[in-house]
Amino acid sequence: MSIMEQDKKLVEPLATTHQKIWQHCHVLDVDDFSRDEIELVFETADAMKSILSREIKKVPTLRGRSVVTLFYEPSTRTRASFELAAKSLSADVVNLSSSTSSVEKGESLVDTIHTLEALGAEVIVMRHSQSGAPYLAAQNSRSIIVNAGDGWHAHPTQALLDIYTMREKLGRIAGLKVVIVGDILHSRVARSNIWALSTMGAQIVLCGPPTLLPQAFEKVYPVTIERNIERAIEGANVVMALRLQKERQEKGLLPQIREYIALYQIDQRRLALAKPNALLMHPGPVNEGIEISQEITRGSRSVIDAQVTNGVAVRMALLYLILGVPMHRDELAEGGRPQ
Amino acid sequence: MPDKVILHAEDLRRALTRIAHEIVERNRGTEGLLFVGLHSRGVPIAQRLAQTIKEVEGAQIPVGALDISLYRDDISKGAKPVVRRTDIPTDVTDKNIVLIDDVLFTGRSIRAAMDAIMDMGRPRSIQLAVLIDRGHRELPIRPDYVGRNLPTGRSEAVAVRLKEMDGRDEVAIVKKEPAMETRP
Repeated sequence: MSIMEQDKKLVEPLATTHQKIWQHCHVLDVDDFSRDEIELVFETADAMKSILSREIKKVPTLRGRSVVTLFYEPSTRTRASFELAAKSLSADVVNLSSSTSSVEKGESLVDTIHTLEALGAEVIVMRHSQSGAPYLAAQNSRSIIVNAGDGWHAHPTQALLDIYTMREKLGRIAGLKVVIVGDILHSRVARSNIWALSTMGAQIVLCGPPTLLPQAFEKVYPVTIERNIERAIEGANVVMALRLQKERQEKGLLPQIREYIALYQIDQRRLALAKPNALLMHPGPVNEGIEISQEITRGSRSVIDAQVTNGVAVRMALLYLILGVPMHRDELAEGGRPQ
Repeated sequence: MPDKVILHAEDLRRALTRIAHEIVERNRGTEGLLFVGLHSRGVPIAQRLAQTIKEVEGAQIPVGALDISLYRDDISKGAKPVVRRTDIPTDVTDKNIVLIDDVLFTGRSIRAAMDAIMDMGRPRSIQLAVLIDRGHRELPIRPDYVGRNLPTGRSEAVAVRLKEMDGRDEVAIVKKEPAMETRP
Protein backbone atom coordinates (compact mmCIF):
# COMPACT_ATOMS: atom_id res chain seq x y z
CA MET A 1 0.00 0.00 0.00
CA SER A 2 1.40 3.39 -0.92
CA ILE A 3 1.70 6.22 1.58
CA MET A 4 -1.07 8.05 -0.25
CA GLU A 5 -3.50 5.17 0.08
CA GLN A 6 -2.54 4.72 3.71
CA ASP A 7 -3.24 8.37 4.33
CA LYS A 8 -6.64 8.09 2.72
CA LYS A 9 -7.45 5.14 4.95
CA LEU A 10 -6.65 7.19 8.02
CA VAL A 11 -8.80 10.13 7.00
CA GLU A 12 -12.25 8.72 7.43
CA PRO A 13 -15.50 10.57 6.92
CA LEU A 14 -16.85 12.67 9.76
CA ALA A 15 -18.13 10.93 12.84
CA THR A 16 -21.84 10.39 13.03
CA THR A 17 -23.08 9.84 16.54
CA HIS A 18 -24.46 6.36 16.68
CA GLN A 19 -27.81 7.31 18.17
CA LYS A 20 -28.93 8.10 14.65
CA ILE A 21 -28.45 4.46 13.74
CA TRP A 22 -28.72 2.50 16.97
CA GLN A 23 -32.30 1.99 18.12
CA HIS A 24 -32.19 -0.79 20.68
CA CYS A 25 -32.81 -0.78 24.42
CA HIS A 26 -32.37 -4.54 24.63
CA VAL A 27 -30.86 -7.19 22.40
CA LEU A 28 -33.60 -9.82 22.19
CA ASP A 29 -33.26 -10.99 18.59
CA VAL A 30 -31.76 -9.75 15.35
CA ASP A 31 -35.03 -9.85 13.39
CA ASP A 32 -35.58 -6.15 14.17
CA PHE A 33 -32.02 -5.03 13.40
CA SER A 34 -31.58 -2.79 10.38
CA ARG A 35 -28.72 -3.24 7.98
CA ASP A 36 -27.13 -0.03 9.31
CA GLU A 37 -27.35 -1.27 12.87
CA ILE A 38 -25.66 -4.56 11.97
CA GLU A 39 -22.93 -2.62 10.12
CA LEU A 40 -22.48 -0.40 13.19
CA VAL A 41 -22.04 -3.49 15.39
CA PHE A 42 -19.41 -4.80 12.97
CA GLU A 43 -17.49 -1.51 12.75
CA THR A 44 -17.49 -1.20 16.52
CA ALA A 45 -16.37 -4.84 16.78
CA ASP A 46 -13.41 -4.03 14.50
CA ALA A 47 -12.24 -1.45 17.03
CA MET A 48 -12.82 -3.91 19.88
CA LYS A 49 -10.86 -6.59 18.08
CA SER A 50 -7.81 -4.37 17.85
CA ILE A 51 -7.97 -3.93 21.64
CA LEU A 52 -8.05 -7.70 22.12
CA SER A 53 -4.85 -8.03 20.08
CA ARG A 54 -2.96 -5.63 22.34
CA GLU A 55 -0.77 -6.53 25.27
CA ILE A 56 -3.18 -4.86 27.69
CA LYS A 57 -6.55 -6.22 26.62
CA LYS A 58 -8.61 -3.80 28.62
CA VAL A 59 -10.12 -0.37 28.21
CA PRO A 60 -11.81 1.65 30.97
CA THR A 61 -15.00 2.31 28.99
CA LEU A 62 -17.55 0.59 31.25
CA ARG A 63 -15.77 1.12 34.54
CA GLY A 64 -18.26 0.99 37.38
CA ARG A 65 -21.04 -0.51 35.26
CA SER A 66 -22.45 -3.90 36.18
CA VAL A 67 -23.27 -6.89 34.02
CA VAL A 68 -24.94 -10.05 35.30
CA THR A 69 -24.98 -13.29 33.35
CA LEU A 70 -27.99 -15.43 34.22
CA PHE A 71 -27.89 -18.87 32.65
CA TYR A 72 -30.73 -21.34 33.05
CA GLU A 73 -29.05 -23.69 30.56
CA PRO A 74 -25.47 -24.95 30.43
CA SER A 75 -22.99 -23.05 28.29
CA THR A 76 -19.23 -22.75 28.07
CA ARG A 77 -18.35 -20.44 25.25
CA THR A 78 -21.25 -18.00 25.26
CA ARG A 79 -20.99 -17.34 28.95
CA ALA A 80 -17.19 -17.12 29.01
CA SER A 81 -17.33 -14.91 25.94
CA PHE A 82 -19.77 -12.45 27.55
CA GLU A 83 -17.75 -12.41 30.75
CA LEU A 84 -14.50 -11.70 28.91
CA ALA A 85 -16.21 -9.05 26.79
CA ALA A 86 -17.60 -7.24 29.84
CA LYS A 87 -14.30 -7.49 31.70
CA SER A 88 -12.30 -6.20 28.74
CA LEU A 89 -14.48 -3.09 28.95
CA SER A 90 -13.80 -2.91 32.72
CA ALA A 91 -17.41 -3.68 33.75
CA ASP A 92 -18.07 -5.63 36.94
CA VAL A 93 -19.45 -9.08 36.17
CA VAL A 94 -21.52 -11.41 38.32
CA ASN A 95 -22.27 -14.90 37.03
CA LEU A 96 -25.40 -16.76 38.09
CA SER A 97 -26.61 -20.10 36.91
CA SER A 98 -29.79 -21.95 37.79
CA SER A 99 -27.89 -24.46 39.95
CA THR A 100 -26.21 -21.81 42.09
CA SER A 101 -29.13 -19.42 42.49
CA SER A 102 -32.49 -19.39 44.21
CA VAL A 103 -33.98 -20.76 41.00
CA GLU A 104 -33.34 -24.10 42.71
CA LYS A 105 -35.66 -22.96 45.50
CA GLY A 106 -38.39 -22.21 42.99
CA GLU A 107 -37.89 -18.48 42.46
CA SER A 108 -39.65 -17.35 39.28
CA LEU A 109 -37.88 -15.67 36.39
CA VAL A 110 -39.60 -12.34 37.02
CA ASP A 111 -38.70 -12.45 40.74
CA THR A 112 -35.09 -13.21 39.88
CA ILE A 113 -34.96 -10.34 37.41
CA HIS A 114 -36.47 -7.97 39.99
CA THR A 115 -33.88 -9.06 42.54
CA LEU A 116 -30.98 -8.53 40.14
CA GLU A 117 -32.38 -5.15 39.20
CA ALA A 118 -32.63 -4.19 42.88
CA LEU A 119 -29.00 -5.25 43.29
CA GLY A 120 -28.10 -2.73 40.61
CA ALA A 121 -27.57 -4.94 37.55
CA GLU A 122 -27.54 -2.64 34.54
CA VAL A 123 -27.29 -5.40 31.96
CA ILE A 124 -28.64 -8.90 32.39
CA VAL A 125 -27.31 -11.41 29.88
CA MET A 126 -29.69 -14.34 30.00
CA ARG A 127 -30.09 -17.80 28.57
CA HIS A 128 -33.29 -19.72 29.09
CA SER A 129 -34.78 -22.94 27.73
CA GLN A 130 -38.16 -21.26 27.11
CA SER A 131 -38.55 -19.31 23.89
CA GLY A 132 -39.58 -15.75 24.69
CA ALA A 133 -38.24 -15.73 28.26
CA PRO A 134 -35.99 -12.67 27.60
CA TYR A 135 -39.04 -10.76 26.30
CA LEU A 136 -40.87 -11.48 29.55
CA ALA A 137 -37.79 -10.33 31.45
CA ALA A 138 -37.53 -7.14 29.37
CA GLN A 139 -41.17 -6.27 30.00
CA ASN A 140 -40.72 -6.67 33.74
CA SER A 141 -37.39 -5.01 34.21
CA ARG A 142 -35.59 -1.73 34.19
CA SER A 143 -32.33 -3.51 33.44
CA ILE A 144 -31.11 -3.98 29.89
CA ILE A 145 -31.72 -7.55 28.72
CA VAL A 146 -29.36 -9.29 26.31
CA ASN A 147 -30.59 -12.62 24.99
CA ALA A 148 -27.87 -15.27 25.08
CA GLY A 149 -30.21 -17.91 23.67
CA ASP A 150 -33.89 -18.68 24.37
CA GLY A 151 -35.33 -22.10 23.56
CA TRP A 152 -35.60 -22.69 19.83
CA HIS A 153 -36.25 -19.03 19.21
CA ALA A 154 -33.18 -16.82 18.96
CA HIS A 155 -29.47 -16.46 19.68
CA PRO A 156 -28.75 -12.97 18.34
CA THR A 157 -25.13 -12.60 19.46
CA GLN A 158 -24.20 -15.94 17.86
CA ALA A 159 -25.73 -14.85 14.54
CA LEU A 160 -23.88 -11.53 14.68
CA LEU A 161 -20.53 -13.16 15.40
CA ASP A 162 -21.13 -15.74 12.65
CA ILE A 163 -21.84 -13.03 10.09
CA TYR A 164 -18.99 -10.86 11.41
CA THR A 165 -16.67 -13.83 10.78
CA MET A 166 -18.03 -14.20 7.22
CA ARG A 167 -17.46 -10.49 6.61
CA GLU A 168 -13.94 -10.69 8.01
CA LYS A 169 -12.95 -13.73 5.94
CA LEU A 170 -14.84 -13.06 2.70
CA GLY A 171 -15.09 -9.26 2.74
CA ARG A 172 -18.83 -9.05 2.14
CA ILE A 173 -22.19 -10.60 2.99
CA ALA A 174 -24.48 -9.47 0.17
CA GLY A 175 -24.75 -12.12 -2.54
CA LEU A 176 -23.11 -14.91 -0.52
CA LYS A 177 -24.65 -18.37 -0.69
CA VAL A 178 -24.89 -19.66 2.88
CA VAL A 179 -25.93 -23.27 3.46
CA ILE A 180 -27.13 -24.30 6.92
CA VAL A 181 -27.16 -28.06 7.46
CA GLY A 182 -28.70 -30.22 10.17
CA ASP A 183 -31.22 -29.85 12.95
CA ILE A 184 -32.78 -26.56 11.90
CA LEU A 185 -36.12 -27.15 13.65
CA HIS A 186 -34.62 -27.00 17.16
CA SER A 187 -31.98 -24.40 16.34
CA ARG A 188 -32.11 -20.84 17.66
CA VAL A 189 -28.75 -20.28 15.97
CA ALA A 190 -30.26 -21.06 12.56
CA ARG A 191 -33.30 -18.82 13.12
CA SER A 192 -31.26 -15.79 14.15
CA ASN A 193 -28.77 -16.36 11.34
CA ILE A 194 -31.59 -16.56 8.80
CA TRP A 195 -32.99 -13.15 9.85
CA ALA A 196 -29.68 -11.35 10.00
CA LEU A 197 -28.27 -12.93 6.83
CA SER A 198 -31.35 -12.02 4.85
CA THR A 199 -31.19 -8.44 6.15
CA MET A 200 -27.60 -8.32 4.90
CA GLY A 201 -28.56 -9.65 1.47
CA ALA A 202 -27.24 -13.22 1.57
CA GLN A 203 -28.92 -16.17 -0.11
CA ILE A 204 -29.85 -18.87 2.42
CA VAL A 205 -30.22 -22.57 1.64
CA LEU A 206 -31.31 -25.03 4.33
CA CYS A 207 -30.55 -28.74 4.23
CA GLY A 208 -31.67 -31.54 6.56
CA PRO A 209 -34.11 -34.43 6.99
CA PRO A 210 -37.85 -33.53 6.98
CA THR A 211 -38.20 -34.40 10.67
CA LEU A 212 -35.57 -31.77 11.57
CA LEU A 213 -36.39 -29.34 8.76
CA PRO A 214 -40.12 -29.13 8.01
CA GLN A 215 -41.05 -27.97 4.51
CA ALA A 216 -43.03 -25.11 6.09
CA PHE A 217 -39.75 -23.29 6.77
CA GLU A 218 -39.85 -22.14 3.16
CA LYS A 219 -43.16 -20.39 3.83
CA VAL A 220 -42.11 -18.69 7.07
CA TYR A 221 -38.50 -17.72 6.40
CA PRO A 222 -36.71 -16.12 3.43
CA VAL A 223 -34.95 -19.39 2.53
CA THR A 224 -34.94 -22.25 0.05
CA ILE A 225 -34.78 -25.91 1.08
CA GLU A 226 -32.57 -28.46 -0.67
CA ARG A 227 -32.72 -31.97 0.77
CA ASN A 228 -29.77 -33.30 -1.20
CA ILE A 229 -26.57 -32.24 0.55
CA GLU A 230 -24.40 -32.30 -2.58
CA ARG A 231 -26.78 -30.00 -4.46
CA ALA A 232 -27.13 -27.75 -1.40
CA ILE A 233 -23.38 -27.28 -0.94
CA GLU A 234 -22.58 -26.83 -4.62
CA GLY A 235 -21.17 -23.32 -5.18
CA ALA A 236 -21.68 -22.26 -1.55
CA ASN A 237 -19.54 -19.54 0.04
CA VAL A 238 -20.32 -20.65 3.58
CA VAL A 239 -21.28 -24.08 4.92
CA MET A 240 -22.64 -23.97 8.44
CA ALA A 241 -23.27 -27.20 10.32
CA LEU A 242 -25.49 -27.27 13.42
CA ARG A 243 -25.11 -29.44 16.47
CA LEU A 244 -27.16 -32.64 16.38
CA GLN A 245 -28.51 -33.38 19.81
CA LYS A 246 -28.36 -37.08 20.45
CA GLU A 247 -31.72 -36.99 22.27
CA ARG A 248 -33.38 -36.39 18.91
CA GLN A 249 -32.91 -40.03 18.01
CA GLU A 250 -34.63 -41.12 21.22
CA LYS A 251 -37.62 -38.97 20.30
CA GLY A 252 -37.90 -40.80 16.98
CA LEU A 253 -36.90 -37.87 14.79
CA LEU A 254 -33.91 -39.80 13.46
CA PRO A 255 -33.92 -43.51 12.76
CA GLN A 256 -30.16 -43.82 13.20
CA ILE A 257 -27.22 -41.50 13.72
CA ARG A 258 -25.34 -43.55 11.09
CA GLU A 259 -28.00 -42.75 8.54
CA TYR A 260 -27.73 -39.04 9.35
CA ILE A 261 -23.96 -39.23 8.89
CA ALA A 262 -24.35 -40.95 5.52
CA LEU A 263 -26.86 -38.40 4.23
CA TYR A 264 -25.88 -35.09 5.88
CA GLN A 265 -22.39 -35.18 7.34
CA ILE A 266 -20.06 -32.53 5.92
CA ASP A 267 -16.89 -34.28 4.84
CA GLN A 268 -13.93 -33.50 2.61
CA ARG A 269 -15.66 -34.73 -0.55
CA ARG A 270 -18.87 -32.77 0.03
CA LEU A 271 -17.07 -29.61 1.11
CA ALA A 272 -15.07 -29.76 -2.15
CA LEU A 273 -18.32 -28.96 -4.00
CA ALA A 274 -18.43 -25.51 -2.38
CA LYS A 275 -16.47 -22.47 -3.66
CA PRO A 276 -12.68 -22.88 -3.38
CA ASN A 277 -12.42 -20.34 -0.54
CA ALA A 278 -15.63 -21.44 1.19
CA LEU A 279 -15.84 -21.29 4.99
CA LEU A 280 -16.83 -24.16 7.24
CA MET A 281 -18.63 -22.94 10.35
CA HIS A 282 -20.21 -24.49 13.42
CA PRO A 283 -21.67 -22.70 16.46
CA GLY A 284 -20.27 -25.41 18.76
CA PRO A 285 -19.98 -27.59 20.62
CA VAL A 286 -19.16 -29.94 17.74
CA ASN A 287 -19.97 -33.65 17.87
CA GLU A 288 -16.89 -34.59 15.90
CA GLY A 289 -17.56 -37.32 13.40
CA ILE A 290 -21.32 -36.62 13.30
CA GLU A 291 -22.15 -33.17 11.84
CA ILE A 292 -18.67 -32.69 10.44
CA SER A 293 -16.11 -35.39 9.68
CA GLN A 294 -13.10 -35.39 11.97
CA GLU A 295 -10.49 -34.55 9.32
CA ILE A 296 -12.08 -31.22 8.36
CA THR A 297 -13.25 -29.98 11.79
CA ARG A 298 -9.85 -28.38 12.34
CA GLY A 299 -9.00 -28.26 8.62
CA SER A 300 -7.95 -25.27 6.52
CA ARG A 301 -11.54 -24.27 5.67
CA SER A 302 -12.71 -24.38 9.26
CA VAL A 303 -13.22 -20.99 10.95
CA ILE A 304 -14.72 -22.50 14.11
CA ASP A 305 -11.96 -21.06 16.32
CA ALA A 306 -12.25 -17.65 14.63
CA GLN A 307 -15.98 -17.69 15.46
CA VAL A 308 -15.16 -18.10 19.14
CA THR A 309 -12.49 -15.36 19.09
CA ASN A 310 -14.73 -12.94 17.21
CA GLY A 311 -17.53 -13.63 19.68
CA VAL A 312 -15.74 -11.61 22.35
CA ALA A 313 -15.25 -8.58 20.06
CA VAL A 314 -18.87 -8.64 18.85
CA ARG A 315 -20.21 -8.92 22.41
CA MET A 316 -17.96 -6.04 23.52
CA ALA A 317 -19.42 -3.97 20.68
CA LEU A 318 -22.99 -4.81 21.73
CA LEU A 319 -22.34 -4.01 25.41
CA TYR A 320 -20.76 -0.70 24.40
CA LEU A 321 -23.61 0.25 22.10
CA ILE A 322 -26.40 -0.83 24.41
CA LEU A 323 -24.99 0.95 27.47
CA GLY A 324 -24.58 4.14 25.47
CA VAL A 325 -28.16 4.69 24.42
CA PRO A 326 -29.64 7.44 26.54
CA MET A 327 -33.18 6.54 27.42
CA HIS A 328 -35.93 7.19 29.83
CA ARG A 329 -36.52 4.53 32.36
CA ASP A 330 -40.24 4.44 31.46
CA GLU A 331 -39.51 3.44 27.90
CA LEU A 332 -37.20 0.74 29.18
CA ALA A 333 -39.92 -0.68 31.38
CA GLU A 334 -42.13 -1.15 28.37
CA GLY A 335 -39.44 -3.25 26.77
CA GLY A 336 -39.71 -1.18 23.64
CA ARG A 337 -37.51 1.09 21.61
CA PRO A 338 -36.57 4.59 22.64
CA GLN A 339 -38.41 7.45 20.93
CA MET B 1 -25.61 33.98 12.57
CA PRO B 2 -22.73 33.94 10.08
CA ASP B 3 -19.40 32.29 10.95
CA LYS B 4 -16.60 34.60 11.95
CA VAL B 5 -13.54 33.35 10.09
CA ILE B 6 -10.40 33.63 12.23
CA LEU B 7 -7.84 31.80 10.09
CA HIS B 8 -7.97 31.63 6.29
CA ALA B 9 -6.25 28.94 4.23
CA GLU B 10 -2.95 30.83 4.07
CA ASP B 11 -2.91 31.57 7.82
CA LEU B 12 -3.62 27.93 8.54
CA ARG B 13 -0.78 26.80 6.28
CA ARG B 14 1.68 29.21 7.91
CA ALA B 15 0.66 28.13 11.41
CA LEU B 16 1.20 24.46 10.57
CA THR B 17 4.53 25.17 8.88
CA ARG B 18 5.73 26.99 11.99
CA ILE B 19 4.60 24.15 14.28
CA ALA B 20 6.41 21.63 12.04
CA HIS B 21 9.66 23.60 12.41
CA GLU B 22 9.19 23.97 16.16
CA ILE B 23 8.71 20.23 16.57
CA VAL B 24 11.94 19.46 14.70
CA GLU B 25 13.83 22.15 16.60
CA ARG B 26 12.58 21.11 20.04
CA ASN B 27 13.36 17.42 19.37
CA ARG B 28 16.67 18.16 17.63
CA GLY B 29 15.68 16.30 14.50
CA THR B 30 13.13 13.63 13.70
CA GLU B 31 14.75 10.58 15.32
CA GLY B 32 12.31 8.57 17.45
CA LEU B 33 9.35 10.84 16.71
CA LEU B 34 5.84 9.42 16.23
CA PHE B 35 2.87 11.59 15.33
CA VAL B 36 -0.51 10.53 16.66
CA GLY B 37 -3.55 12.39 15.36
CA LEU B 38 -6.82 12.31 17.31
CA HIS B 39 -9.85 11.32 15.27
CA SER B 40 -11.05 12.91 13.21
CA ARG B 41 -9.41 16.27 12.36
CA GLY B 42 -6.21 15.63 14.26
CA VAL B 43 -5.34 12.96 11.70
CA PRO B 44 -5.06 15.08 8.55
CA ILE B 45 -3.27 17.79 10.56
CA ALA B 46 -0.73 15.17 11.69
CA GLN B 47 -0.26 14.08 8.08
CA ARG B 48 0.31 17.65 6.92
CA LEU B 49 2.89 18.27 9.65
CA ALA B 50 4.70 15.04 8.70
CA GLN B 51 4.59 16.06 5.03
CA THR B 52 6.07 19.51 5.76
CA ILE B 53 8.86 17.96 7.80
CA LYS B 54 9.54 15.46 5.03
CA GLU B 55 9.97 18.31 2.55
CA VAL B 56 12.35 20.18 4.85
CA GLU B 57 14.25 17.39 6.57
CA GLY B 58 13.78 14.53 4.09
CA ALA B 59 12.67 12.17 6.86
CA GLN B 60 9.27 10.50 7.02
CA ILE B 61 7.81 10.57 10.52
CA PRO B 62 5.31 7.73 11.10
CA VAL B 63 1.72 8.96 11.54
CA GLY B 64 -0.96 7.12 13.49
CA ALA B 65 -4.64 7.70 14.19
CA LEU B 66 -6.12 7.42 17.66
CA ASP B 67 -9.75 6.98 18.60
CA ILE B 68 -10.40 7.93 22.22
CA SER B 69 -14.09 6.93 22.42
CA LEU B 70 -13.38 4.00 24.71
CA TYR B 71 -11.40 6.20 27.11
CA ARG B 72 -13.92 9.00 27.48
CA ASP B 73 -15.11 9.94 30.96
CA ASP B 74 -18.62 10.94 29.90
CA ILE B 75 -19.89 7.61 28.63
CA SER B 76 -23.04 7.69 30.77
CA LYS B 77 -24.00 11.09 29.37
CA GLY B 78 -25.08 9.66 26.03
CA ALA B 79 -23.77 11.20 22.79
CA LYS B 80 -20.96 8.81 21.97
CA PRO B 81 -19.51 8.89 18.51
CA VAL B 82 -18.93 5.78 16.44
CA VAL B 83 -15.78 4.01 17.60
CA ARG B 84 -13.20 4.08 14.86
CA ARG B 85 -10.14 1.93 14.56
CA THR B 86 -7.04 3.06 16.32
CA ASP B 87 -4.16 2.64 13.92
CA ILE B 88 -0.67 3.28 15.28
CA PRO B 89 1.94 2.05 12.77
CA THR B 90 4.73 1.29 15.24
CA ASP B 91 5.30 0.29 18.85
CA VAL B 92 4.97 3.37 21.07
CA THR B 93 7.56 2.21 23.59
CA ASP B 94 10.55 4.59 23.80
CA LYS B 95 9.10 6.91 21.12
CA ASN B 96 8.74 10.64 21.48
CA ILE B 97 5.07 10.98 20.71
CA VAL B 98 3.46 14.17 19.53
CA LEU B 99 -0.31 14.09 20.08
CA ILE B 100 -2.01 16.25 17.49
CA ASP B 101 -5.52 17.65 17.63
CA ASP B 102 -7.40 20.49 16.00
CA VAL B 103 -8.83 22.30 19.04
CA LEU B 104 -7.71 22.17 22.67
CA PHE B 105 -10.59 22.98 24.99
CA THR B 106 -11.20 21.33 28.38
CA GLY B 107 -8.21 19.01 28.04
CA ARG B 108 -10.34 15.91 28.62
CA SER B 109 -9.71 14.49 25.12
CA ILE B 110 -5.99 14.76 25.74
CA ARG B 111 -6.30 13.07 29.13
CA ALA B 112 -8.15 10.21 27.40
CA ALA B 113 -5.57 10.09 24.60
CA MET B 114 -2.68 9.86 27.06
CA ASP B 115 -4.41 6.99 28.87
CA ALA B 116 -4.94 5.21 25.55
CA ILE B 117 -1.28 5.65 24.57
CA MET B 118 -0.08 4.44 27.98
CA ASP B 119 -2.11 1.23 27.54
CA MET B 120 -0.13 0.50 24.37
CA GLY B 121 3.32 0.81 25.89
CA ARG B 122 5.73 3.18 27.59
CA PRO B 123 6.67 6.14 25.40
CA ARG B 124 9.79 8.16 26.24
CA SER B 125 7.73 11.35 26.17
CA ILE B 126 4.38 12.73 25.04
CA GLN B 127 4.10 16.24 23.60
CA LEU B 128 1.00 18.05 22.46
CA ALA B 129 0.44 20.08 19.30
CA VAL B 130 -2.87 21.83 18.60
CA LEU B 131 -3.98 24.13 15.84
CA ILE B 132 -6.22 26.18 18.15
CA ASP B 133 -6.07 26.64 21.92
CA ARG B 134 -9.41 28.10 22.93
CA GLY B 135 -8.89 28.05 26.72
CA HIS B 136 -11.38 26.84 29.40
CA ARG B 137 -9.09 24.05 30.63
CA GLU B 138 -10.54 21.71 33.26
CA LEU B 139 -7.36 19.67 33.74
CA PRO B 140 -3.69 20.57 34.25
CA ILE B 141 -2.77 20.14 30.59
CA ARG B 142 -0.92 22.63 28.38
CA PRO B 143 0.13 22.34 24.74
CA ASP B 144 3.78 22.33 23.61
CA TYR B 145 2.96 23.73 20.17
CA VAL B 146 0.04 26.06 19.39
CA GLY B 147 -1.11 27.39 16.02
CA ARG B 148 -3.21 30.20 17.48
CA ASN B 149 -4.48 31.10 20.95
CA LEU B 150 -8.12 31.98 20.56
CA PRO B 151 -10.05 33.44 23.51
CA THR B 152 -13.64 32.19 23.23
CA GLY B 153 -16.84 32.16 25.19
CA ARG B 154 -18.28 28.86 26.36
CA SER B 155 -21.37 29.43 24.25
CA GLU B 156 -19.21 29.67 21.15
CA ALA B 157 -17.73 26.79 19.21
CA VAL B 158 -14.60 26.67 17.10
CA ALA B 159 -15.03 25.03 13.70
CA VAL B 160 -11.84 23.80 12.08
CA ARG B 161 -12.45 22.97 8.42
CA LEU B 162 -9.88 21.01 6.48
CA LYS B 163 -9.63 20.37 2.76
CA GLU B 164 -9.39 16.60 3.28
CA MET B 165 -12.76 16.39 5.04
CA ASP B 166 -14.61 19.66 4.52
CA GLY B 167 -13.43 20.80 1.10
CA ARG B 168 -11.68 23.97 2.32
CA ASP B 169 -9.17 25.17 4.89
CA GLU B 170 -10.33 27.66 7.51
CA VAL B 171 -10.99 28.17 11.19
CA ALA B 172 -14.15 29.96 12.26
CA ILE B 173 -16.04 30.82 15.43
CA VAL B 174 -19.67 29.74 15.31
CA LYS B 175 -22.55 29.89 17.75
CA LYS B 176 -22.86 26.50 19.38
CA GLU B 177 -25.63 24.28 18.12
CA PRO B 178 -27.11 21.76 20.52
CA ALA B 179 -26.04 18.87 18.26
CA MET B 180 -22.43 20.05 18.07
CA GLU B 181 -19.92 17.31 18.65
CA THR B 182 -18.58 17.49 22.19
CA ARG B 183 -15.46 15.78 23.35
CA PRO B 184 -14.47 15.06 26.92
